[in-house]
Amino acid sequence: MAGIPVPTGRAASNRRAGTFMQRLRSGDTFAHLFTLLCAASVLLLTIALVYELYINSTTAQHKFGLRFLTGRTWDPVSGEFGALPFVFGTLVTSALGLLLAVPLGVGAAIFLSELAPPRISNALTFVIELLAAVPSVIYGLLGIFITAPFLRQYGEPFLKRTLGFLPLFQGPMYGVGMLAAGLVLAIMVVPFIISLSREVLMAVPVEQREAALGLGATKWESTWQVVVPYARIGIMASIFLALGRALGETMAVTMVIGNDPRISSSLFAPGYSIAAVIANEFAEATADLHLQALIELGLVLFALTIVINGLARIVIISTTQKGSGH
Amino acid sequence: MKKLSHLAIIIVSAALVLTSLVAFHSSRSNAEPVPTPDQIMLTAAGATFPYPIYSKWFSDYNKIHSDIQINYQSIGSGAGIRQLLAGTVDFGASDAPMNNEQLGQAKTKILHFPTVLGAVVPTYNISGISQELNFSGQVLADIYLGKITRWNDPEIAKTNEGVNLPAQDIVVVHRSDGSGTSYVWTDYLSKVSTEWQSKVGRNTSVNWPVGLGGKGNEGVAGLVKETPGAIGYVELIYAVQNKLPYGRVQNAADVFVKADLAGVTAAAASYATTMPEDFRISITNAPGEAAYPIASFTYLLIPTKIDNANKKEIIKNFLLWMLNDGQEAVEALTYARLPKEVVAKELKQISRIQ
Repeated sequence: MAGIPVPTGRAASNRRAGTFMQRLRSGDTFAHLFTLLCAASVLLLTIALVYELYINSTTAQHKFGLRFLTGRTWDPVSGEFGALPFVFGTLVTSALGLLLAVPLGVGAAIFLSELAPPRISNALTFVIELLAAVPSVIYGLLGIFITAPFLRQYGEPFLKRTLGFLPLFQGPMYGVGMLAAGLVLAIMVVPFIISLSREVLMAVPVEQREAALGLGATKWESTWQVVVPYARIGIMASIFLALGRALGETMAVTMVIGNDPRISSSLFAPGYSIAAVIANEFAEATADLHLQALIELGLVLFALTIVINGLARIVIISTTQKGSGH
Repeated sequence: MKKLSHLAIIIVSAALVLTSLVAFHSSRSNAEPVPTPDQIMLTAAGATFPYPIYSKWFSDYNKIHSDIQINYQSIGSGAGIRQLLAGTVDFGASDAPMNNEQLGQAKTKILHFPTVLGAVVPTYNISGISQELNFSGQVLADIYLGKITRWNDPEIAKTNEGVNLPAQDIVVVHRSDGSGTSYVWTDYLSKVSTEWQSKVGRNTSVNWPVGLGGKGNEGVAGLVKETPGAIGYVELIYAVQNKLPYGRVQNAADVFVKADLAGVTAAAASYATTMPEDFRISITNAPGEAAYPIASFTYLLIPTKIDNANKKEIIKNFLLWMLNDGQEAVEALTYARLPKEVVAKELKQISRIQ
């Protein structure tokens, strides 16, 4: 540095500063830093969440160990806590909800994006997006006063008559129970599937459709064999978003599931979900161990969500590779 | 199509503007009085069951002493006790008394002040039955244990002569959320049935042997109403206000009593002479012919040592007012008032706050 004349040095640093200011003004650096900060804060929040759940349930973890995951008894009086019935209830109701919602949602999305006149399609989509904004307690109320009585009087007797040989459709019929919870969840997540899947289907390039039609495919063949496979990954993403919502849904589920921590092979039987039991018992959990067990359940739900999302990723990746092999 | 989305945008923005205007207007007209520097704010948290009467008391008290504001959060007894132990509130409130373990965690000694009484009643939905049914404690316990499963069971028929009970399955409904109501109910069942005591026990939430869970009084009432053959339990206030049918319960003197405010006060009065110094007593299954057996106190939890001299005087004065004038307001809100013997004892306890 010593050999370099002073004016040149200043000019050089001026230029450097100038370019930095320019870059800042043009927004690149700023945008980079800002978005990095946003992304990092999300990660930090997640880590903080897991840490808090972990640190506040250590006594329960030490006391029960892995037995917590396999235990079937939930007894706040004697201090015996097992998560299995809640994990079971959460998984079964979510799976049932998706089983009903996916065909309905994807079918509706195909109709709205491919077949319906744009006028009707846009109007319907507007209504469907409104449905997604309805608070879950409203769905819960509908569940108690409409879905559950309907199931008890008509739905469950019908299933028992026709499919009663399956253990799924046996036992006393209360209306409220796993079936009602699955049905309400299906109604709640269907708007997500429709709305997102429609967007993805509409984003499929027109050339794809034109090429298929040009090769002599019918409208339906072009839709089912070209457009839907092209949009497959987006549709799957919409399903996983719906699954996430179903796993964590609290209010509507607790209002119709029957809140009974028992594992039964029948869908008519009452059950219990993780989110529901936490919401129900947290405020009045006076014993320390009870509180810790509830927080540990939160940790279990978190882990469950991660595992299911991980599996979902694997499914997406493997089907994508199969797709590109064509 | 463009037109439709434009229309939607216009509607939505118009709605937003309207609501914000309304919100602005109402926030100006009914805004909570902002505490001025010479006002003193106290915070309390706990039980939801007495919330209506507490909020009336605190607002009435503010009308007499405009410089004092007591802010009560009805977050549940358990959460109220935790906040009190953590020192984040000036005093707490709970339906069930604190247990010894919790009292041991407290930095200063905690006093229990009974404020009002509540009761829990069995409600049911049986086709073709409009009469009030009589329940013995043993029958209620056996129904909730899953041992009596039909309405025409001879054990039920025995105490209901002349009622044509149907051969209908009983659907048991209980609270799914932890609650003082469940505590009182299970406390009563534990006293009348040794089997219940050993198999299930008493708590704000228990491991129910049978049945469906409903969230809150409204959840239980909704399930009972929608399910033929159902039996559930709700707070007396809730049953009265919503005109639910409820049955008589046999008390310790073998009388079938229909729950009312006088019967609940009588239950507390029958324990007046044996009341322990700290008021931590269960008054379920009370002796005395007029006593309704499924009743309980609800408490304010006050620390014995309050450092802020101002707050200490306010709390002592409020308790004094609550035990005298305050009691006059409770029956209008369907709470049972404290018997005079208990009030006299509590007045003495106030002097222990230092």
